[in-house]
This record gives sequence, structure tokens and C-alpha cells, in this order.
Amino acid sequence: MARWKFDQAVAWLAAILLPLLSGSAAALPASNMPRGVTEISREVYGLHMLIFWICVAIGVVVFSAMLYSIIRHRRSRGYKAAQFHESTTVEILWTIAPFVILVAMAIPATNTLIAMDDTSDPDMTIKITGYQWKWHYDYLDHKIDFFSTLSTPRSQIFNQEAKGENYLVEVDNEVVVPIDKKIVLLMTSNDVIHSWWVPELAVKRDALPGFINQVWTRIDEPGVYRGQCTELCGRDHGFMPVVVRAVEQAEFDKWVQRQKSGGQGQQVSQAGL
Amino acid sequence: MSAVPHDDHHHEQHPYWIKRWLFTTNHKDIGTLYLWFAMIMFFVGGAMAMIIRTELFQPGLQFVDPQFFNSMTTLHALVMIFGVIMPAFTGLANWLVPMMVGAPDMALPRMNNWSFWILPFAFAMLLSTLFMEGGAPAGGWTMYPPLSLQTGAAFPFLIFSIHFLGLASIMGAINVIATILNMRAPGMSLMKMPLFVWTWLITAYLIIAVMPVLAGAVTMMLTDKFFGTSFFNAAGGGDPVLFQHIFWFFGHPEVYILILPSFGVISSIVPTFSRKPLFGYSSMVYATASIAFLSFIVWAHHMFTVGMPLGGLLFFMFATMLIAVPTGVKVFNWVATMWRGSLTFETPMLFAIAFIVLFSIGGFSGLMLAIVPADFQYQDTYFVVAHFHYVLVPGSVFAILAAVYYWLPKWTGHMYNESLGKWHFWLSAIFVNLTFFPMHFVGLAGMPRRIPDYALQFADYKMLISVGAFGFGLAQLLFLYIVVQTIRGGERATSQVWDGARGLEWTLPSPPPYHTFETAPVVK
Repeated sequence: MARWKFDQAVAWLAAILLPLLSGSAAALPASNMPRGVTEISREVYGLHMLIFWICVAIGVVVFSAMLYSIIRHRRSRGYKAAQFHESTTVEILWTIAPFVILVAMAIPATNTLIAMDDTSDPDMTIKITGYQWKWHYDYLDHKIDFFSTLSTPRSQIFNQEAKGENYLVEVDNEVVVPIDKKIVLLMTSNDVIHSWWVPELAVKRDALPGFINQVWTRIDEPGVYRGQCTELCGRDHGFMPVVVRAVEQAEFDKWVQRQKSGGQGQQVSQAGL
Repeated sequence: MSAVPHDDHHHEQHPYWIKRWLFTTNHKDIGTLYLWFAMIMFFVGGAMAMIIRTELFQPGLQFVDPQFFNSMTTLHALVMIFGVIMPAFTGLANWLVPMMVGAPDMALPRMNNWSFWILPFAFAMLLSTLFMEGGAPAGGWTMYPPLSLQTGAAFPFLIFSIHFLGLASIMGAINVIATILNMRAPGMSLMKMPLFVWTWLITAYLIIAVMPVLAGAVTMMLTDKFFGTSFFNAAGGGDPVLFQHIFWFFGHPEVYILILPSFGVISSIVPTFSRKPLFGYSSMVYATASIAFLSFIVWAHHMFTVGMPLGGLLFFMFATMLIAVPTGVKVFNWVATMWRGSLTFETPMLFAIAFIVLFSIGGFSGLMLAIVPADFQYQDTYFVVAHFHYVLVPGSVFAILAAVYYWLPKWTGHMYNESLGKWHFWLSAIFVNLTFFPMHFVGLAGMPRRIPDYALQFADYKMLISVGAFGFGLAQLLFLYIVVQTIRGGERATSQVWDGARGLEWTLPSPPPYHTFETAPVVK
């Protein structure tokens, strides 16, 4: 039965991988990009899935042709080889067809990119500075600033006690922001290059020493959104998470008041939130 | 014609041991040296991957310090790129290009010897950094400043080993070009050359074009560190992103240096086992040339998140997407070659088919990565790790394995053990997917690359990936065994070896005499 090995392997792979890709099996761990909580993040998710399905469709066509050939055109079945080796028509066709598909992908991608690039008229601005290995947040409109460092205890990292639910993606001081406000984030660094990423916001931008990058976000839903530094920045690169807490405007105002009365530059307890 | 072996036996005399291997200028011996060097470094780089996967088997820090972990990811990449894939392809070129174009040897045999013997010294220097104060380089193989400037005593050794590796590659490339352009047999016009020769000719030009750019970038970093310049230091008027632009101007053509010869290998193997000529020979040549050209104008897609102007992002997105067109042409041509062929599935063909499928999957994720808004989510995650391992492991490495199985009977005069070869293929094909496919999922779900420890949501997949990696690593020991077994003996190979094979190398006996084509064959 050796001749069926390849087909069996393909069927086996498909049976295992397709449910994973569709994300329909609830028991599986997270396996796809989150839809996120901003208009932009949902557009990005839509683009991601669009390109993914186009690739799947192309893959199905090409690999099916190949599989058909593997099954039917084998010498062990006595199949005699044809001797054709070119066809200008076919070759022009399969040069133009992918080009058309690419244009169809490029148009929505360009529109989303233009929207992402528009950092004009922000409601508030936060300057984010990367350090080895922590983040510093400076609320330029509110005169609040603080450092945010990993709060997972070392005993959990070194396996001396059980790991908590938010192992490695929890911090002492969360970035609290209001929902439904256009927030511009200014990124820079104090030492090496870092990169600030929160998947649910579809925001990732490098923090470069000596330069300032700008991105913006407008969060729809209250919640806690977690991310990490994504540019290798030295020994503890894996240990400088980002935690964003999005709250209603009124709650945000209260938080700002508490920050100001709690002493310049230092964050007070999160207990009230 | 004095092509009868009996008249020629004095040419078979060659020196032994040190004199043969250290001083050799014979293209076959140098090809063998390159291939064995690549094999040894494959296990060195593989051992580093095993250390990485052992630490990542479970969340928490168990075995290694994060700094050492970073050194492992850095050296694993440098070893696999400069110590395995590039030398393996150069070894194949040394063995095959003269035999395929009907030349007696490479055009510049003495330089050929040099270009190989630089490699062991360069790698001894690079690997010696593991024992230096401050540890081995840990800033990633991409060496972005300012981080890589924090490297300790190892820093100048890293820079100089890169210089030597670049030198060795450039010398090898000059030799390939000189051989192909000057030493083809009468009648072999450029458009009659085997595709392996074509892809290597284009690869060699890429090497000559971009290796000096890498040398320039690392030299600028060296002077930043020791001589007070500020090319990449914003405080002195420089720009750290400048390094990334220069590096990737090298780096993107470099990834095609790592894949184009594979296209040549696959274009040799698929027609043989389909018993049918390659479909669209000339469009294959044009597609390869187009890919090489495009490789020079897409570099910034490696750095979409550094903060480029909108126009820049759009240009690099469109240019990158265009690469899908010539790459698609190649895949379609291979499938069309198989279509209505008379297929058999010996080990080289199995690896070639797996190459076409799995390289295409790497191509699909590459297309996804080109879409800038989505790339912001993928950049520097395991999705990228999955992407480039798909094009490099079941891509380049599978092509090299396919090439070894395909030409080993020619080189040694013995057939390899077919059933062991098939075992090697199936174990490799299953474990390579178990290793790299789930990386797409953890990357999309939000796991950054180059971290020694991770959040609990990734734990299930990470364990699966590690199991796959251990299996893939072990399966390669079987390959080593098969190669040694074939060299030591086995069924005699005919000169034709494969009934569907075409090309000048199959007109020679297996194994070929030490010197071949002293009288040039005539190609009609």
C-alpha cells in the first residue's frame, strides 16, 4: 500500500489542521489573530482573513492539480509520459491571473493603511519610552507619568510556585485610558530599540532612541488588553509586558484625580478600579 | 578522443590525506569538503536549536539564562545561514557546475581552495565567542544597533567572522560566474544550460552585489564602537534605523541567495522522475531573473514597524506583493511538468514534491506578511518564525537533501538505501510540519519571537513544537548514517543512475574520474 502513503498523509494533515485554522474547536488554545477592540483592528483582522482564504483557495487549486497528477499519472499505473513542455497561452494566463488577484488584495490594504497613518486631531497624547527592561508612560495632557514593570514574582518564573493566570503579561502600573477617544501614542526609547505591541489594538510600533514615532488608537470596549515588547532588546526582552486598561471617561477622570493627589510621578494602588 | 578510462588512468593519481584535502584544487574534492562542512555545521546549528526548544518546552526558566538563550538564537541563525545552506549550495555548485557545463574544473581552482578553507577559520572565530567574557553575541543575527553594541569582548570577533564569511562567499561566487561564462562546452548556449546552472549564475551575482553591503554595515558598526563615529547613534547625529536599511538591502537578496539554487535543484529532479522535459524552461529563467531583480527593491518589508512614511510603506508593500508573480510561475511550471508525466517516487522526488508544497505554504505566509496593516500584527512574532522556517527548512534544506539523494550515486558510484531514504523523508516531512506549522498559531495569538519564556496560553503549542523539533533533529542522524553507508559501499550505480535523467553529468561514469571533460563534449 506504499503508493497511498502520500495521499494518506495529506488527508491526515488536513483533518488535523483545518479545524485549527477555522478556530471552530472551542477546546483549542488561541490560534488566530484577535479581532480586537478598535475599528482599525477589526479592519486588519478582516484583511488577514481575506488574504488567508485567497491563499487557501490558490493552494487548493494548485495542490489538487498536483495530487491528481500524483495519483493518476504514475508509472506504476502504466501511465505514459506526454512530451509537451511549453504553452505560451497558459504561461501568460498564469502570470496575469495572480497579478489581478494581487491588485484585489492591495486596494483594501491601502485604504486601511491610509486610515492607520492619520494621527491628526487627537483627544489625548501619551508618550511611551522604552527602557531596558520596562516602559515609561507620560500623559502629556494630564501631567501624569510613571514606570510600568513586570509584576510576576521571580518565584513563578523559576518554577518555585504555581504560575498565575496572567503569568508574564501583568504589570505593577497599568496604562489607564478612556474608551471612544482618539489617543495618539508617541514612541521613543532611552537605550536600545524596543517595540510596543498590544494585539487587541492592532498597534505595534518600534521605540527608537533619539527618534519619535506616532501611532493612534480609539478603543471601543472597556477591558484589560495585554501585549509585550516585540523587538529583541537584551537579556530581559521577554519580561517587559504592556497592559492597557480601557475605562469609561468618568472612571478615567477619577483615576487622573487619584494619580495627581497620590504624589507627582508615582502611580497609586489599582484597587479602586 | 582519449576519453577511454584506460588511457587516462595516470590522471587518477591524486595525493593523499593532508596534501589531498588541504591543498586540493580539484572541484570534486572541494565540493566534498563544502558538503561535509555543511553537514557538520548542520548538527552544530541543530544542537543550538535543540537547546532553544528544550528551554521552550515548558513555561518558566528551566535550563539556560536568558542571555545565553539569546546567544543561541543568534548563533543558530548565523550557523545555519552562513555555515550550512550557503556552503551546501557552494558544494553542490563545485561538484555539479563543471560537470553540467562540460568543463574540466572550476575556472579559478586555487581561489576555490581558499574560499573553502576560510570557512572553518571564520566559524572557529565565531564559535569561540561562546567562551569569551560577556558571552557570545546575543543581539540577534540581524545585529541591530544599539543592542548589538552592548556585546562584550565577542563584538569584534563577530564583525571579523562576518567579514571572512562574506569574503569566502564572494570568492566562491566569482569562481562560479567565471566558470559558467567562460568554460561551457561548445554548443552550450546560455539558454541551453541546465536550470541549476542558471539559478547559480544569478545567485552568484546576488552574492557579489550584496555581501560588500553587509561588510559595509558591520564595519560602520565597528567604527561606532571603537573609533568614535556615530553612524547609528542618534546622540551623535546618526540613525539606528540606517543600519536596518543597509542590513536588509543585503538581507533580502540574501534570502534569495538561500533559495534560488533550490529552484535549480527542484527543476532538475522533477523532470527526471516525471520522465518529461521541464515545462516552460525559458519562463523559469526569466522568473528567476525577475525574482533577483525584485529582491533589491523590497528590503524595507522586514522593518515596516520602524515608522516609515506612508509612501514608503505603500511602495514596499506593492513591490513585495509583485514577487508572488514570478514565484507563482515557478510553482505552476513544476506542477505542469508533473502533469501527465510518468511519475515515480524515489527519495529525491519525495523531497522535491514536499519542497513544492511546503515552500508554497511559506510563500503564502510571505504574501500575508507583505500586507502592511496585517504585517503590523505579524512583525516579530512566531508567525514570522514559521514563515521563514517554512522557506528555509522544508524549502532550502529539503532541496539540499533532495540534491544529495539525487546526485550521491553519481558522486560515490553507489546507490543509497532506498527504504532508509524513504524513512528519512517521511520522518522529516512529518516532524518538520509538527515543528513549524503550530508556530503560525502561537504567532497569530500574540507570542513575540526571541523570548525564553512565555505566557501560559502558548504552553500547549510550545510543547508540541518542541516535540516536533526533537523528532526532526533525530531524523537527521538517519541521514548522516545513510550518507556514510552509501560512501562505504552498496549497489553499483550505472552512469545513467536514473532512467529519466538528462544532462552532461549523466554521461560520465559513476563515480566520475578525478578529472573529467579534459576534452570538451559537444552539445547539440
